[in-house]
Amino acid sequence: MSAVLELSGLTKAYPGVIANDDVSLTIQPGEVHALLGENGAGKSTLVKMIYGLVKPDAGRMIFLGQEFAPAEPRAARAAGVAMVFQHFSLFEALDVAENIALGMEHPPNMRDLAARITEVSQAYGLPLDPSRLVGDLSAGERQRVEIIRCLLQNPKLLIMDEPTSVLTPQEVGILFQTLEKLRSEGTSILYISHKLEEIRRLCDAATILRLGKNVGTCDPKVETARAMAEMMVGATLHVPERKPHERTQVALELRGLSLAAPSAFGTSLKEVSLNVHRGEILGIGGVAGNGQDELTAALSGEMPVAAGQLWFEGQDIGALGPNERRALGLLAAPEERLGHAAAPDMSLTENAVLTATTRKSLTRKGFVNWRAAEGYTKEVIAQFDVRTPGPHTAARALSGGNLQKYVIGREILQDPDVLVVNQPTWGVDAAAAAAIRQALLDLAAGGAAIIVISQDLDELMEISDRFAALNEGRLTPPVPASGLSVEKIGLMMGGAHDLEPVHV
Amino acid sequence: MITLEKRPEPSRFWSWATPVLAVLLTMVAGGAMFAALGKDPVEAIRTIFWDPLFGEFAFYYRGQLLVKAGPLILIAIGLSMGFRAGIWNIGAEGQYIIGAICGAALGLAFYPFDSFIVFPLMVLAGALGGFLWAMIPGILRVKFNTNEILVSLLLVYVAEFILASMALGALKNPDGAGFPGSRNFRSYPSGFNEEIIAGTGLHWGVVAAFIAVIFAYVLFARHQMGFQIKLAGQAPRAARFGGVNPSRLILFCLGMSGALAGLAGLFEVSGPAGQVSIDFNVGYGFTAIIVAFLGRLHPVGILLAGLLLALTYIGGEAAQSSLGLPAAAIQAFQGMLLFFLLAVDVLTNFRFRFGKREVV
Repeated sequence: MSAVLELSGLTKAYPGVIANDDVSLTIQPGEVHALLGENGAGKSTLVKMIYGLVKPDAGRMIFLGQEFAPAEPRAARAAGVAMVFQHFSLFEALDVAENIALGMEHPPNMRDLAARITEVSQAYGLPLDPSRLVGDLSAGERQRVEIIRCLLQNPKLLIMDEPTSVLTPQEVGILFQTLEKLRSEGTSILYISHKLEEIRRLCDAATILRLGKNVGTCDPKVETARAMAEMMVGATLHVPERKPHERTQVALELRGLSLAAPSAFGTSLKEVSLNVHRGEILGIGGVAGNGQDELTAALSGEMPVAAGQLWFEGQDIGALGPNERRALGLLAAPEERLGHAAAPDMSLTENAVLTATTRKSLTRKGFVNWRAAEGYTKEVIAQFDVRTPGPHTAARALSGGNLQKYVIGREILQDPDVLVVNQPTWGVDAAAAAAIRQALLDLAAGGAAIIVISQDLDELMEISDRFAALNEGRLTPPVPASGLSVEKIGLMMGGAHDLEPVHV
Repeated sequence: MITLEKRPEPSRFWSWATPVLAVLLTMVAGGAMFAALGKDPVEAIRTIFWDPLFGEFAFYYRGQLLVKAGPLILIAIGLSMGFRAGIWNIGAEGQYIIGAICGAALGLAFYPFDSFIVFPLMVLAGALGGFLWAMIPGILRVKFNTNEILVSLLLVYVAEFILASMALGALKNPDGAGFPGSRNFRSYPSGFNEEIIAGTGLHWGVVAAFIAVIFAYVLFARHQMGFQIKLAGQAPRAARFGGVNPSRLILFCLGMSGALAGLAGLFEVSGPAGQVSIDFNVGYGFTAIIVAFLGRLHPVGILLAGLLLALTYIGGEAAQSSLGLPAAAIQAFQGMLLFFLLAVDVLTNFRFRFGKREVV
């Protein structure tokens, strides 16, 4: 049987960087083909070329035996290529059927479309009600809308970009069943991910990209996760090591924290209680949008908290602002690096002034001491191996991993008593992620209390002492992390309801 | 094919070169407009930009330059603080008028009391008047989240009515034989904003403008408040994370711009204008918006931009009288300057790429 898609010598250069350099790969019919690589390895550019969003500078593509050069996504879709993006393009104020109709060239009338949606969703085990508002759907359900939108086109090749990053373990299970059914029908799937265990479970072949080049193809069922990770990074991977430490007194405590959502599509926090001890890492899991940002804001001081709900070493600090909390020793690093944790157009030095003013005495009588700020910035750059031309570089010019190392380093070197980090390694390459996790472990070993909010369960299991999950603004009671099963975690994350696959 | 491509970092070169390019483009397009009006474009441009500085009557015009530039710079410096923070005070004209009325009213209340203390008190009253007038949009924004653009702009018209009422009523010159307008400060030396060096146009308002430039420079470059203003304008979420209190910032920026506009009004009414009259205001509060942006919201840039805009005012008047250009043409010319500035501003953050790339 001939290949579904054959890429040979694809090259795409952007100013200053070669995103894809002579990449070739072949996808067979009914094959789930993994595309592996760190951030910036060129995965996105490659699939954008297949989907007609980017034109290659050189190389050729053969799709179903024919020369293939889609000028735009519409042409790619017409040929039989469909793609589910990592970031959904859905209108929250419209219902499921309306959202799907919007993406179609010639939408049928709404009643027929709704019937088709129900039919497809049942055939592939993806429960979805066509009349529900997208704004009310969970991330997993929204992804189903995108998948069904693709399946209605009967694609020969389905491209999925990091599909499991927003799902609970149970939802991942359902998704995999759907993908396996598609495979058995002969649909090929190009599956982009950096979660190696998933790839080993699902995929038949894997192509690994590093710095824009194809560095090898392997059978993920045979290869170990570690071997694939090392192919991705091109170096031996450093696994964070945990030093034994003792849990001592409680550093931070939440007593029934309730907080109204700041915006219409935000999440209210309901009766959140937790405590975290010095020397301990508390991991908080959960699917995005279940109150992570609100909890971070309540802890950092961006959103004030009612009296008696937030205690720092026996002191009620709910009314204090961010800098007053910093003065006490409670620091935070929000999820969104550009625009929240750092100002994109400002230099790294200016971004040091953003949070380190209080503890590093970067001002005197209201005047900024730029020399001290630059000195501190250089210290962060050196100690956290931030790759940048220097402290004058604008934050937005750094890669995601480097900026994240800078943001985490900026807080850690202020010697916090309590550190709250939200998604510390989101979109960060494996080497940088390992370095950040090691830094968090070292900080805890030094006696600080740390709260890590993350969607990456592997990460939380690797570094947390105790684990709790956020679900619709509620927090489960924290339990010891060691020996916690995936099923138990899934239940804690609230993945239990509405998630039975539809059996046909 | 020409494509726009985002620069990894804002270009330092273009952030300074765009105002110059905008001035050149304005000269070209303005010249075309003057030609369409049947005037010799080269002569018109020369009349506007060259003659006031180096022409036959330059001795007269040069003094006017500082008189016009002073209030423009003073107001624009205040506006630049808000504009940097994303707080849009469009109503400087109103704050200018109210500052002038308050300062002048205080001075006139002392008439004919003769003391050196009168003028400083007027200055304070002028600043306070502008400050309070700007607090209206400020407090409404902080308390009720109203839009400060609309509120501050609409308050300009309220201020104009108050001005008319003052000129015709409460502040009308009792010895003025029924003519509208207040007593002239030229006849009350204690309250008169006199030229400090004769013939240069340098009065206390110009001195205040220079002090404001230095003050703003230090504020932006070195002070935490200046840093917070910049931060709030560029990344509001990061600003809150950094502990910036948005309400305090709004009140500070609107208050400062109001106070500086009020000062400009007081210096104008007690000096060059001489009296509170129905139409002593000539739109400096609006032109200052152009000045602030033309100067890239940078104090030194604003200083230069204020002088340039003053030049177009003076040159425009000269062109009106000597070439018969309509006043509206001069205003369109000033508008073009802002238009081109905003258009070429894209070069700071983007660059052009020419030519289609080869696709195999």
